[in-house]
Amino acid sequence: MKKLSTHRRHPLAGLVVVLLGLVVAGSLYAAVRPAAADGSSSSDTDLIAEGRELFVVGCASCHGLNAEGIEMQSGSNNGPSLIGVGAAAVDFQVETGRMPMARPDVQAPRKEGMYSDEEIAALAAYVASLAPGPAIPAPEEYSTEGASVARGGEFFRTNCTACHNFAGAGGALAEGRYAPPLKGVSPEHIVEAIVTGPQQMPVFSWLEPQDRKDIIAYLERLEEQPAYGGSPLGSLGPVTEGLWGWLGGIGSLVLASVWIGNNGVRAGKKKQQ
Amino acid sequence: MSAPTTTSGSTSAVAPAASVPKRPMKGAGAVTWLDERLGLGGLAKKQLRKVFPDHWSFMLGEIALWSFVILLLTGVFLSLWFKPSMAEVEYMGSYAELRGLHMSEAYATSLDLSFDVRGGLLMRQMHHWAANLFLASMTIHMLRVFFTGAFRKPRELNWIIGLALLQLGIVEGFAGYSLPDDLLSGTGLRIAEGIMRSVPVVGSYISFFAFGGEFPGDDIIPRLYVVHVLLLPGLLLGLIAAHMLLLVYHKHTQWPGPGRTNNNVVGFPLMPVYMAKAGGFFFIVFGVTALMGALLQINPIWMYGPYNPSQVTAGSQPDWYMGWLDGGLRLMLPWESELFGYTISWNVMIPGLGLMGLLFGVLGAYPFIERWITGDKREHHLLERPRNQPTRTGFGAAGVTAYGLLWIAGGNDVIATQFSLSINTVIVFMRFAVIIGPVLAFIIARRWALSLQRHDRELVLHGYETGVIVRSPEGSYSEIHAPIDPSRAYSLTTHERRVPLEVSASADANGVAAPGRGKERIRARLSRFWYADEVPKPTTAEIEEAAHHAQHNGHGADGLDGRERHVGIETGGFVGGDDWSSSESDSSSSSAKR
Repeated sequence: MKKLSTHRRHPLAGLVVVLLGLVVAGSLYAAVRPAAADGSSSSDTDLIAEGRELFVVGCASCHGLNAEGIEMQSGSNNGPSLIGVGAAAVDFQVETGRMPMARPDVQAPRKEGMYSDEEIAALAAYVASLAPGPAIPAPEEYSTEGASVARGGEFFRTNCTACHNFAGAGGALAEGRYAPPLKGVSPEHIVEAIVTGPQQMPVFSWLEPQDRKDIIAYLERLEEQPAYGGSPLGSLGPVTEGLWGWLGGIGSLVLASVWIGNNGVRAGKKKQQ
Repeated sequence: MSAPTTTSGSTSAVAPAASVPKRPMKGAGAVTWLDERLGLGGLAKKQLRKVFPDHWSFMLGEIALWSFVILLLTGVFLSLWFKPSMAEVEYMGSYAELRGLHMSEAYATSLDLSFDVRGGLLMRQMHHWAANLFLASMTIHMLRVFFTGAFRKPRELNWIIGLALLQLGIVEGFAGYSLPDDLLSGTGLRIAEGIMRSVPVVGSYISFFAFGGEFPGDDIIPRLYVVHVLLLPGLLLGLIAAHMLLLVYHKHTQWPGPGRTNNNVVGFPLMPVYMAKAGGFFFIVFGVTALMGALLQINPIWMYGPYNPSQVTAGSQPDWYMGWLDGGLRLMLPWESELFGYTISWNVMIPGLGLMGLLFGVLGAYPFIERWITGDKREHHLLERPRNQPTRTGFGAAGVTAYGLLWIAGGNDVIATQFSLSINTVIVFMRFAVIIGPVLAFIIARRWALSLQRHDRELVLHGYETGVIVRSPEGSYSEIHAPIDPSRAYSLTTHERRVPLEVSASADANGVAAPGRGKERIRARLSRFWYADEVPKPTTAEIEEAAHHAQHNGHGADGLDGRERHVGIETGGFVGGDDWSSSESDSSSSSAKR
């Protein structure tokens, strides 16, 4: 005890106490928190039941215990109803990490996924069991075999670039919402987004399966193609070009004129003075 | 050291052989042959000895000149392949992502230039970067001229020619941006068309006239092409020539300093010094443009796709020089009214037409406004440091701030996505900032300039802080101030002592009020505002007094840089624009009489 009393005024004492407190609180939470269900059942009903269990733990606080959505007094949704959104919506939102949201916000950002593939399948099965909706697309729905890149480009420019930008670099929408960049998005998720219209995105119901494949082929080509003409500067259009023109171009030329202006016939003599 | 050589303005008809050494130089025969036929020797002899003063900021306009040369060179290359036609063709070039699509011939040939013509993409990108640099360098050159007062008599007309160059450059750039007929340029044209339509009553007629019918029609590209490669470059070339001839005629302004007066130019001759500097600078500008063209992608038209009025892309922005107008459109409140059955789109008209008119109206009128307020009708060939004209500097800073904020607002969507902000917040913030920012900038810049004036006065009177701390026998500490270099003291005190205008006698002997007094009173008030709080530069008596004081208190820095204590007194002799030419001048420098 003597040791404790001599060290309690040590400059690091406060830090040690806080650390200890955190460790204790963390271990207690780990011991008490509900264990995540593991997906190992085979039959559909089991899967749905398992999905419901997961749903109640991870999703119900916003979407309601029966996925009916929670309406706020202000009329806005705490979380929208998920009845009829289909398995494709669940697969897209959860697999891209958008759901569950880290905090209430105008839009859920893409982030590291929280659930394993089996858990996502269970959640999707549960939501799909509530009402019919778009199913998770089969691989042949997003394979780009035989797809036309040029046709896909036309569909992309007509339907997608207004929000997602000509190179799929993303763009701003009202009130802090945005169309995210499309780089690195898997073909499966692109089809799911087109058919379910996640977040601010409309459902592009008029795009036929072949059109979607063509769009995917075009996007893949955009990612594969070399950067013709040098660094694309973020593919954000003339804003970054202007920034480079001023900072890089005029900046270096002004430096050059300072250099020329200070180094003339007299420069050598100046140094001798 | 010898006095500066003075070349007199008159040059007699030249005798070509006179300056040739005994052993004839190589090529002298050819030069003589030419001179005997063209008689350019006399002109060349005079102009090659033309003296230009030396300062880095005098080379900014040169960046514009050289980027214009690059624009001409690369533009000629592009025009060999580009077909300004809106006829529909099927693209069969090597960019597979667009192969088989129907598009205008203009867009197809732009793609060919990018992918199938050897070096074409590099030329396209250099042309575009050079255009961005051309306008940027004109802008900074204009700011240099503004902030140093180089627009004053006799250079007002050249200032206006410069403004015309900037305006034509903007239009020329926009025409070029529109030519490839890609999605971005078509969107830009659509906005230009919207601005045309916002002209009350005749707007739709103007639009139909320009586009030869309903937008987009198939006339606009060939028309813009003629404007872009013939009309505007011709005008630009002519005005650049006029701009530079006036520069030669007026002679270049110079910074004040020992030996530099309002009646001479101290510097180096065109040949060989400025020939080498300017020639070298061309290669630097060319090199920077080539590097940018090779390494940084600009206007990737193949990504935008052919223009189609039903399509648009996020991040549709004009090139930087139109960005501030786009910003005005994005910030403007949605005002619209209907008068006698005509819709007046204030929301488009005010920013679209008003801002451009406001900028160039104010800039064009500025030299005359300042001249009227200060009542200064003399010729000026010596530049002013921005700090010595606090009110002008304040207005300049306010203008730069307003422009910069509008410019930032033109990229509001990119700012919103890149900095995770709400675009609505950005717009609301900018709406206020565009009004408040310039006022703050005016106040801050003006006070800043006045503080710098105070600092200069301090330097002249009490010298610079040496950083040497001495302890007196009593134990107190003080820092030694050493007198500054006499030539520096001269430069710091050579500007004029300015007094606000007074209202002249209110009535004559018979008690009849002088005509136009109200106007004069306004002018006197403006002039008082113009020069308010100006820190008077030290008088000779004050400097002598300060030097004397320093000597007695042992403040001087004996032997600090080998200078005597009484240097401070000497400084007094250089105050007030005395002609003090001979001892500092350099044998290689020369000055020409104005």
